[in-house]
Amino acid sequence: MGKFDNHGLKAISPLGGHEPRADTFTGLLIREVTDRALASLAARQGQAEAVKSTAASYLGGSLPEPASWNANGVFAAWWMGPDLWMVSAPHDSHELMAADLKQAVGDAGSVVEQTDGWCRFDMEGPRCFDVLERLCNANVRSGKAGDATRTSMEHLGVFLLCQTPGQGYSIVGPRSSAASLHHALVAAAKSVI
Amino acid sequence: MIINHPILGPRDFQEFTYLGDASLIDRPDWQADNAADQFHDYLYLRDNPAGEHRELWFHEQGDRSWLVVTRNTVTHEILNVELARDVARARGRSK
Repeated sequence: MGKFDNHGLKAISPLGGHEPRADTFTGLLIREVTDRALASLAARQGQAEAVKSTAASYLGGSLPEPASWNANGVFAAWWMGPDLWMVSAPHDSHELMAADLKQAVGDAGSVVEQTDGWCRFDMEGPRCFDVLERLCNANVRSGKAGDATRTSMEHLGVFLLCQTPGQGYSIVGPRSSAASLHHALVAAAKSVI
Repeated sequence: MIINHPILGPRDFQEFTYLGDASLIDRPDWQADNAADQFHDYLYLRDNPAGEHRELWFHEQGDRSWLVVTRNTVTHEILNVELARDVARARGRSK
C-alpha cells in the first residue's frame, strides 16, 4: 500500500469505465490500456547529450532515435520531436516516475508528468493494416517494429507505435478525446471487417 | 505537395500548417532607438516574390518542429527544408 492508497476513490479509465474497454472483431482486437505511467522528457538548450546519458543510466538503455520507440526492461520510451521524448513504465510500480526521472536528469532536462493526459489503445491482429490505413496517412505497410509516428486520426494528433508490423500497434492520443478516438478506431474496424 | 522533413523524411504537406515569410525569424531589437519603425516594417512589410520564397511551416500533425521551407511560388517546387531552430541559431538568435 502506498501512502496515497487510502482515499477510497476508484479510478476510471479514459473511456469512463472501471475496467479497460476491449472490442473484438474477426482478426482484430482493440483494447484500452490504462496501466502505464507517462512522463515527458525534454532536453534543455544545448543539454541534449547530458540528457541522453543521464536518462540512459536511469532507464537502463539509450533514448530512442527520431521516429522510433524502444523498451528497456520495464521502461519504454518514444521520440516525440527534436530533443523531446515520452517515457513510460508500469503505473503500479512507477507512479512517481516523473519525480525520479527529474532527479536523474537534473538541470539538463525538463520532465512533466503526463500519465492522465493521454489515452492508449492497443490494436492487435492480422487486420491492423486494413484498419490503420483508413485512419491515418502514416505509411504503415512499409513500417517496421520500433517505429513511432506522430500522425492524426479523427483530426486528433496521436502517436502510432509499431510493435509488430501488421500485427500489433499502440495508439496514444489525448485523453480528453478518448471517446472520439475510440469511436474512430471502432468505426474503421467495422467498415473493414 | 510533399515536404522533405530534415529529420523525418518526405511527409504530406497536409500535416503542416503555414505561418508566413521566414523573415519573421529576424525579430528587431526592441531596445533600438528606432524600434517602432523597425517593428512596423517587421510586422507589415513583406516581399511577395514570384519565384523562390523562404517560409515558416509548422509540423503540427507530426513532430511539432518549425521548419524553414524554400519554395518556388510559381512552380510550388520545394528546394530546401531546414529546421527553423538551426536557421535561427545560425543567425545568432539563440541565447
